[in-house]
This record gives sequence, structure tokens and C-alpha cells, in this order.
Amino acid sequence: MSQAVVDRLNTQFGERVLETSDAFGDHEVVVALKDWAEVAQFMKDDADIRMDHFIDLTAVDYPERETARFDLVLMTRSSVTCARIRLRTYVKDGEEPGTLSSIWSGANWAEREVWDMFGIKFAGHPDMRRILLYEEFVGHPLRKDYPIDKAQPLVPYREVDDIDKLPPFGIEEGQPFARIDWESRLAGGDDQVSPAIGVQQGQRRTLSDSEAARHIQARIDARMAKEAEAAQATEETTGEGSGE
Amino acid sequence: MGQLKVIEGGGEVAVTTRLSDLLQWARKWSLFQYPFVTACCGMEFMATAAPRYDIARFGAEAPRFSPRQSDVLWVVGTISQRQGPAVRRIWEQMADPKWVIAFGTCASCGGFYDNYTTIPGVDKVIPVDVYIPGCPPRPEAVLDALMLLQDKIQANDRKPIVVPPRLVPERAPGRTGEGNS
Ligand code: SF4
Repeated sequence: MSQAVVDRLNTQFGERVLETSDAFGDHEVVVALKDWAEVAQFMKDDADIRMDHFIDLTAVDYPERETARFDLVLMTRSSVTCARIRLRTYVKDGEEPGTLSSIWSGANWAEREVWDMFGIKFAGHPDMRRILLYEEFVGHPLRKDYPIDKAQPLVPYREVDDIDKLPPFGIEEGQPFARIDWESRLAGGDDQVSPAIGVQQGQRRTLSDSEAARHIQARIDARMAKEAEAAQATEETTGEGSGE
Repeated sequence: MGQLKVIEGGGEVAVTTRLSDLLQWARKWSLFQYPFVTACCGMEFMATAAPRYDIARFGAEAPRFSPRQSDVLWVVGTISQRQGPAVRRIWEQMADPKWVIAFGTCASCGGFYDNYTTIPGVDKVIPVDVYIPGCPPRPEAVLDALMLLQDKIQANDRKPIVVPPRLVPERAPGRTGEGNS
């Protein structure tokens, strides 16, 4: 069924179909950017193939590719023939593919998401705003050159130095997949080491369960000792107070 | 309650204490909660509130969906950067005395979300009194947190505290077994 769609597109558009493939039974058709909306419209309208179900529209970033930075990928399905097809095109940074939102209304939000995440604008889109992130956000986070640890808080973080978290949270919040150099922290005997799996970029180290348990226990012990000390101190002062 | 003095005589009994103790005692047994439930931890929050675990035993069952009427802000689940202003505003609208419980690893530290969308712990935005680790935490841990908070209220202690892991339950900080009424 899906092959029939590919054949139909081949006969209709001939040379303008740049590539086709059917890896693992997923049929794909690649077209040039200028034919993008036209091919999509044809797939929707043609009486033989009737791709009336818009599944998804997304993009892939290849920053090192010189010809065109992005792949724009459209998944569609036909509710009549149950054929599935993937339509793909190449988009250079700054190029504006025509919107598909007039063909499938479901494309409206998907295109906004592509704009939000990849910074690809769609010509003729009725409402080209960010959809998931906030207007204040700078950049497009699914571009591979967006810094992996860059957050853009809307509320400035509180500046408190005695957030003094207890186990199992350290100052880096004990995020098991956080980008933290655990090797050096563990070696340096840093008080804020939290028992977790640390990943520094390109380097992984896993704490065993017993190691993690030991760290938790050590921090609890330290905390308890501190508390016992404090309790004793208050006891002494109150003891003196009532004695007078 | 703190220091109680029982005076008996003539067939009558009087109990005296300090006014502040009485006040804290009243506060800790009538915690109106504001549930700010954003993610999967909400399921455990519901379990805690339901009859089997019965948070009503602690006087904390009444949810108030106006921050102005609530005492405890339960931050249950992942807080995204986009939600930051909302949670901050809700906290600002609550009347003193107010407390905040970070429910689950996400609310406590961002959990496994280490990216551009998630606030790495709601304490980056508002001060938190009790952290509950767990993804999600079991209702027992949640009740532990509530009891820790009650102890802290009675002791007038605003130091943040984490519900300890169940390695050595009897050594949980703050749970000395004394002074709990
Ligand atoms: S801590 Fe786990 S269960 Fe709770 S909100 Fe985060 S991901 Fe969901």
C-alpha cells in the first residue's frame, strides 16, 4: 500500500522526487524544499492515495552538514488505505518552508513546535509563536549548538548559601544523570558529594549501591553528630537558666 | 506540646503551658494544604490523601485552592521554568505562617530532568521546609514528612530538612520521640 503511494508520487512528480527508500518497511520520499507544500497538498487531495491523517511534523538538526542544516520530516497516514509515508526535505538555516496548516490543521501546532525547538519559520503560518517555551526564551534548544546546560529562568534563583541540603541531595541536587565531575569531588572529600551516578561530559562513573549507601550513611552520621552537639549545647544553657 | 504543667486540687484539674506553645500546637494540627500538583507524584499524593493512609489523622486533609487560605504549599511534581512565576506568586500570596513541602525528587532537585526546561528544585524559587526524596515517594514517606513538619512547627524550627532514607528509621533527624503530643 505504502509502495503504491511512492509509485504514485513518482509518476506524478518524476524528477522532482529526489530520493525514495523503504528501510524496514517505512516508505520515505524526499523532495526539494520548493516542492514541499505542493507534494503535501497532492498527497492529501489525490483520490488514489488520500493521505488524510497528519501524524507528526518534526525536524532533525545536522549542524555539520554543509548543504542544508535541517531535515524537515512529515509523517502521514491514510485512513482509507492505511498506507504510511514519510515525506522529507532539506532546509537551510533561515529558509522558510511553506506551511502545511492549511492542508492538515494538525500541522499548525506541530509547526509551532518546530519553530520553538529548531527555529525554522513557516511561510504563511497563521500564528507563528512559540508553543512550549516562553516568549522570553532566547535560542532554540533542540539545535545541537544550544548549550546543553543552559537554563533561562523566568524567576531569578534565590541566592541563599545555607540551603544546607541533607542526604540524599547534594548541592548539585544529586541528579543521577547530572553533568558533574564526581571523580574529583569524591577525591577531594567535598562535603557536598551526593551519592549518585555522575556523568561528566564524555566520562561516566557509576557508584555501586554499597558506595552510595556509605555516602548516605556518612552524611547522616555527620548531621546527627552536629545535631546532638547542638542539642547538648542548648540543654546546657537551659540547664543553667533553670538552675539560677 | 512543649512544657505542660498539670495542677490538680479540689477535684479540678488545670493545665498550663506557654501561649506560644499552645499556638504552635494549634497550628500543627490544622494545616490547610494547597496542592500544587504538576506531575506523576500526584498519584502518590492522592494515595496519601485517600482513606488507607488517611492524612486526615494529622489534621491536614483540607485542601484550599486559594493560597490565601492555606498554610502548607505542597509542590508535587516537576516544576518547569515556565511554571516558576506561578509557583512563586502562589507562595507570595500565602499568609504567614506558611510552610512548603517539596514532594518527590523533581520538586526537591529537578530529579532526572537536567535541562533547559526544568527548575532544578523548587527551592531555587521559594524556600522549602521539608524535602521528600523518592520518585515518587511512598505515602509513608509523605506522612513522615508531615510529622517532621509538625515537629518543626512545634519547635519553631525553620531549618530545611529532608525525609531521611529508610536505612535507620529510628535515627531520623528530628524524630526523637520527645515532646510529641
Ligand atoms: S519525582 Fe518521579 S514521580 Fe515525582 S514528579 Fe518527578 S518523575 Fe514524577
